[in-house]
Amino acid sequence: MNEMLASTVTRAEVEDLFYHEADLLDSWRLDEWLTLLTDDASYYVPPNDKPDADARFALFTIADDIVRLRERVIRLKDPNCHAEYPLSRTRRLIGNVRITGVDGDAILASANFIIHRYRHNDLQRVFVGQYRYKLKRQGGRLKIAERRAILDAEELGLLGSVSFIV
Amino acid sequence: MNYQPAGSDFVVENAAQQTFFVNREVFVSEDVFEREKRAIFDRCWVYVGHASEIKNPGDFKTRPVAGRPIIFCRDGEGRVRALINCCRHRGALVCREREGNARQFYCMYHGWTYHPDGRLKSVPGADAYGVAFDKDEMGLVAVPRLEAYRDFYFANFDRDAIALERYLGGAREYIDLVIDQSPSGKMQIISGTQEYDIRANWKLLVENSVDDYHLITTHSTWLNYMRNSGVNVTPPKGELLPTRGFGRDLGNGHLTTDNPNYRGRPVARWISVYGEDAKADIDALRNELVQRLGSARAARVADTNRNLAIFPNLVINDGSSVTVRHFYPIAPDRMHVTAWALGPVEETEAQRARRLHAFLTFYGPGGFATPDDVAALEAAQLGFAAWREVRWSDLSRGMAKARDQQLATDEGHLRVFWRKWNELMEARA
Repeated sequence: MNEMLASTVTRAEVEDLFYHEADLLDSWRLDEWLTLLTDDASYYVPPNDKPDADARFALFTIADDIVRLRERVIRLKDPNCHAEYPLSRTRRLIGNVRITGVDGDAILASANFIIHRYRHNDLQRVFVGQYRYKLKRQGGRLKIAERRAILDAEELGLLGSVSFIV
Repeated sequence: MNYQPAGSDFVVENAAQQTFFVNREVFVSEDVFEREKRAIFDRCWVYVGHASEIKNPGDFKTRPVAGRPIIFCRDGEGRVRALINCCRHRGALVCREREGNARQFYCMYHGWTYHPDGRLKSVPGADAYGVAFDKDEMGLVAVPRLEAYRDFYFANFDRDAIALERYLGGAREYIDLVIDQSPSGKMQIISGTQEYDIRANWKLLVENSVDDYHLITTHSTWLNYMRNSGVNVTPPKGELLPTRGFGRDLGNGHLTTDNPNYRGRPVARWISVYGEDAKADIDALRNELVQRLGSARAARVADTNRNLAIFPNLVINDGSSVTVRHFYPIAPDRMHVTAWALGPVEETEAQRARRLHAFLTFYGPGGFATPDDVAALEAAQLGFAAWREVRWSDLSRGMAKARDQQLATDEGHLRVFWRKWNELMEARA
């Protein structure tokens, strides 16, 4: 690990970022959420049967570059996004936050998540897994350059669609 | 006041009135669900898998096919097999992994062991069995029929079924069009599986997969995304869709849409979503198609998209990318969907990445369109709780026109499915 880079961030700072992000996502303040990301950020949900795959070679559930991620937010705010209208209620619990290393100028961090999702006319669905982040310091702020939400479920099955931001 | 039928038949077609109705009981009834298993899924050719998924001897995938646990594998001699994953001794699964490479299948219960071609290899304490015990007879049971068309393997649980090629009929031409993307005529299933349940009847997904009438309303956010990306998705005056396409009857219950493309194709029609730097590469792919197939066939391959439904439960969408998906009912109001991406084996890394990116613009449980299809199907299923009061689903669009003039936004191709479904259910009744 690059000790110099790693020493510029504390776990408390990473936790604050993750908890703030969780709150923004759970309250559907998605434009604010986008400001937590770098201008070249990406968002991945790998396939359940190949959780360690690379999106260039494998079919993911979600593999957004920043352009498509901004479009995803536009879609999610639209009442014609039928899979999320009325909006589902989500509550995410984040724990086991760790700084795990560095990659170039990015700090690597991971956390476990449990997301309870409730929807009118629908089952309660529970998404469980691990976040893996690449974080970069920009203008003093810690920003998200990559977020990967790896689901533990062997298949989506009754989780159905991954229509909200995990 | 006699637009809708009286009575309780499942499918009611009235040529004079130009109407076609489906009784919503078929989406909720346990009895229909049980009868479908025997009349449809045990008599039709059902998709098992693609040869590219099991490249080497010993490679296997386990998956349900028509409700049975199946090992789809390649034996020691390289032959493709579909074995029922059920120990001959006391019935346990002999392979409990999703996929892998095996020299043998070993039942963890009492240790019976089978070769990848199904033959029984060894039985612990075999001397305890009587004189009639015959190891040669006690191998894993193969599906009664297993046949392939251009690397797509199908099983049939009816030993007397017609040959697969004959069964596929006019659908073969549309499978060929998909495969013509590949210079070597070899496509492969790309790693990464999308498996999800929809809380709706399986027949709704057949309809939805080929129904272009819903595109503008159900998928308006996807159209916005395309528009924001610089793709022209505005329908010409008087049209429902950006281009005018057709719904086709391919015989034996198979059907397809056949649409001039506007939404881009990794092979080989550029749209702005791919980025300027992809243009030259797409041009090169296009040139290869023209060289190999001639300009007319190349245009057919590159400039049309086709959603192909192979009766009863396989859909190959050759649109924004290629998806192969099949689905099977778990209950009248629930189905399990498995979907893959398909691509030419010789694609470069950049081409493959572009194909996968294009796939996710529209398809899959995290795509910009499929989740809204799921929402529509689940909303319909919830409505069907009132099937006794609101009995009829209306599939009459285009009934006033000849069968070969049905638009993709008409319902002529959906009626192809329902006529076949009804014929098989009545034959069995």
